[in-house]
Amino acid sequence: MKTWVYIDHFKGEVQPSSWEALGLGKTFDSVTALVFGSGVETLVKAAFEYGADEVIVVDHPELGDYRAEPYASTLSALASSHTPDLILLPTTARTRELSAMAAVDLNSGVLTDVTAVEVNGDQIVFTRPIYEGKVLEKTICTARPIFVALRARSFPKPPRQEGRSGPVIRAEAKVDAQSIIAGYSTTEASVNLGDASVIVSGGRGVSNNPALGLDEKATAQKGFELIGELAAVLGGAVGASRAAVDAGYISYAHQVGQTGKVVSPDLYIACGISGAIQHLVGMRNSKLIVAINKDPEAPIFQQAHYGVVGDLFQIVPALIAAFKKRLGK
Amino acid sequence: MKIIACIKQVPDSEAKVKVENGQITWGESPLVINPFDEYAVEGALQQKEAHSGTVTALCIGPESAKEALKYALAMGADDAILISDPALEDIDSIGAARVLTAAIQKIGGVDMVMFGRQTLDNGTGLTPAQTARFLGWPMLGWVGRITVEDGRVTVERVLEEGRQIVKAKLPAVLSIVQSIGEPRYPSFMGIRRASKATIPVWTLADLGLSAPTAAVKRVEIMNPPVRETVCQIITGDTPEAIAEALVEKILAEKVL
Ligand SMILES: Cc1cc2nc3c(=O)[nH]c(=O)nc-3n(C[C@H](O)[C@H](O)[C@H](O)COP(=O)(O)OP(=O)(O)OC[C@H]3O[C@@H](n4cnc5c(N)ncnc54)[C@H](O)[C@@H]3O)c2cc1C
Ligand SMILES: Nc1ncnc2c1ncn2[C@@H]1O[C@H](COP(=O)(O)O)[C@@H](O)[C@H]1O
Repeated sequence: MKTWVYIDHFKGEVQPSSWEALGLGKTFDSVTALVFGSGVETLVKAAFEYGADEVIVVDHPELGDYRAEPYASTLSALASSHTPDLILLPTTARTRELSAMAAVDLNSGVLTDVTAVEVNGDQIVFTRPIYEGKVLEKTICTARPIFVALRARSFPKPPRQEGRSGPVIRAEAKVDAQSIIAGYSTTEASVNLGDASVIVSGGRGVSNNPALGLDEKATAQKGFELIGELAAVLGGAVGASRAAVDAGYISYAHQVGQTGKVVSPDLYIACGISGAIQHLVGMRNSKLIVAINKDPEAPIFQQAHYGVVGDLFQIVPALIAAFKKRLGK
Repeated sequence: MKIIACIKQVPDSEAKVKVENGQITWGESPLVINPFDEYAVEGALQQKEAHSGTVTALCIGPESAKEALKYALAMGADDAILISDPALEDIDSIGAARVLTAAIQKIGGVDMVMFGRQTLDNGTGLTPAQTARFLGWPMLGWVGRITVEDGRVTVERVLEEGRQIVKAKLPAVLSIVQSIGEPRYPSFMGIRRASKATIPVWTLADLGLSAPTAAVKRVEIMNPPVRETVCQIITGDTPEAIAEALVEKILAEKVL
């Protein structure tokens, strides 16, 4: 089974679940990694160190900023001449577009958010959540190559072997972009919720600290600083409920839930979040869920493993102090 | 400006969807317009208001999906078309994109096609880019703001890495996210108009298409493993005591 792994990155910063895809690929066969971009030698090196047996590089100034069309055209041209069976990718906003378009070019199929892969001879069966994770489906794809976009954190990340290397194949870019990137209106520190192993999230409750004597939004922003501090102590990322995002406390990139991100960290701490179904579908597969809420009846407690009924403005600072002490920070 | 909003009908997210006797069921829960597609309709209506023109809601689905189209009409769409054919029951996203493309071409003269980001049921998020590819139009995904001027569109894409400003020529395909603004509620007049509307139904033959064969096939459905969560409430005399007890528990779970 000829297996390719597409290394997804934003301006050279690799989506860590690309390495999980490499790890999965290695369990089938030797793996060819694909690195597209401009000035991507460090990524080529990293791909070998995470287990690639060969790397196909397409390095072109026009590929510096990811755009769907040239990336897809480059990928489908390569795939039609080399005929891989499987193209593994992490599931991201970029790879959904990329695999969608390349599959049109190649008249093939894409599976997204794949959480398990079984190989029985020629038959490969993929498991993926549907209906917001309320049901699981097993699917097959009769065409080749099959684009398999993996859900982050569903497969183990292989260890990095410093200094490992191998053959590099340089290939041509197809430069047919149909849009111009004019810039970024805000560059938020990249929020990588999908890959985070710890997420501390804040909800509307984060604005409820009368003791500060500030207006609601300023209070909430202070509250999110506190959430951020706890996340930092745990080496995690900051999440939010939609109510917090809609109220302008924090940007949309942080939103967890149906219309935000679906996440499954090892530890999810929900602070001042009631636990509406649209939030729960985004985080209920987290390994350990902790909820801090003033209201003992809040539905979030039905999903949580541990709960604290109390004011987050008292509990979170105490938690920060306690973790710092225990983790020796 | 001629705008199309592609919408699907799905079970409401409050629905208890599960597998029963090998079938997916959601009891008495209503079917609704896919929540992401409300943003698509909202985005389309905003552009219509800014530049005048028409908004057509387009849906592939069974006869009952007319209800979702009526919701789009009640929000303010000018007309709606249902594409319905027994041969479309098991299509994959490429099949849907192929059919939507044919319909968009049949409608003709379209400037913008608005999609939702993802469906709640199948949830691949692939259909918009696949439709763009079939049409050969630029794909502008995850859009939170749209400005159109002189046949060009400038959008703000809401990405994890920040808000990216992208320009492209029309016609173009867009997928719309929450930052576009809260979808408007159907007005009283809108609801009345929608209830009287007759929605044309197009079949594959009307689109000059033969039945698509899906490369992606479902072979099994199952309920996810149930997880027994009994929440243990941590108590203590002071926040510090609670925090220490909680940290103890979390560290014992070895998730850090
Ligand atoms: C189509 C659709 C899509 C949606 N998508 C999403 C989504 O992606 N993500 C999402 O999160 N929601 C989503 N929602 C919204 C969802 O239904 C809820 O409205 C939202 O999750 C509520 O956010 P919240 O829990 O922060 O706010 P609330 O429900 O207002 O809860 C605030 C909680 O904070 C607690 N609290 C208050 N003060 C304190 C304090 N000082 N200390 C501790 N606790 C305190 C309160 O007891 C309360 O439980 C969606 C809704 C719709 C209709
Ligand atoms: N059956 C359908 N009819 C019309 N539009 C659809 C249909 N299925 C998907 N779409 C559109 O494509 C988007 C992405 O869907 P999906 O690729 O299924 O996640 C949706 O938000 C809709 O805008």
